[in-house]
Amino acid sequence: MIISLDQLPVGESGIVTVIDAHGLTRRRLLDLGLVPGTVVKTIRKSPAGDPIAYLIRGSIVALRVNDSKQISIKPFSEVAINE
Amino acid sequence: MSDYLISLAGNPNTGKSTVFNRLTGLKQHTGNWPGKTVLQAWGFYRYQNEQYTLVDLPGTYSLLAHSPEEQVARDFICFGQPDATVVVVDATSLERNLNLVLQVLEITSQVVVCLNLVDEAKRKNIQVNAAKLGDELGVPVVETVARRGIGLKELQEQIHLLVHGKIKTNPLKIHYPPELENKISDLIKQLHYLPESLNKRWVALRLLEGDQSILRGIQEVTRLAFS
Repeated sequence: MIISLDQLPVGESGIVTVIDAHGLTRRRLLDLGLVPGTVVKTIRKSPAGDPIAYLIRGSIVALRVNDSKQISIKPFSEVAINE
Repeated sequence: MSDYLISLAGNPNTGKSTVFNRLTGLKQHTGNWPGKTVLQAWGFYRYQNEQYTLVDLPGTYSLLAHSPEEQVARDFICFGQPDATVVVVDATSLERNLNLVLQVLEITSQVVVCLNLVDEAKRKNIQVNAAKLGDELGVPVVETVARRGIGLKELQEQIHLLVHGKIKTNPLKIHYPPELENKISDLIKQLHYLPESLNKRWVALRLLEGDQSILRGIQEVTRLAFS
């Protein structure tokens, strides 16, 4: 099952399958290490639910829902990524 | 008059400004907020009776110029003609930091990688094989704990060897798909008028990417070269 990154629940992890952003947003996401195959874990949500903090390649990065919507994720069934 | 010009690049929060302060003895403020080093800080140090000017570039994840910080950093490495560029990387999150290293290696082969925060990495059970990393990247890699001054003599030594041509670097070259490589070769032929100091392959890549800001930089540098 593929979902968009903003739908990945807190504490769960998945693998990036597609980055559907374009232009500078795409470039920025790639520079942060978000490429197909990258493992991402949702760390926490801000009170309003936007932005959301993710663990990406050893760093915690906050993404706006507008941007995380453009990233497709294949969630892991077993949740096991150590910080 | 300084003998050598060295630029200092790195991701935010890698201890880059700490390396700068330790080397130059300047008390440049270190802190953790975006844009702290948008303005370049300059400092000096002496090593083996030669004077080095060190330029602290803004911390960036990339050099592809979508923020003022990235543009400052890129323009300096590309057009400022430093004798060497030190890229400070965080040993605890090497994966993400290497993106910037590869981008710098695409611009210049005069690079020393400063693998900082190795003490924090050890605490997190992260072991980095610096020699192997150096082999893979094709440039010297020096382990440091800048906060405690560890490894900085060796960093100065490697910079010294590099600017004196005593180290031959062989930077890892990124190969793009044939379709792109063909376009790159075509563009390089058309860029023959550019000054020697500009890396034409890199300029061609930026042009293919549709990067407008590079055009202004080129205009500037060609104007200077022919005026």
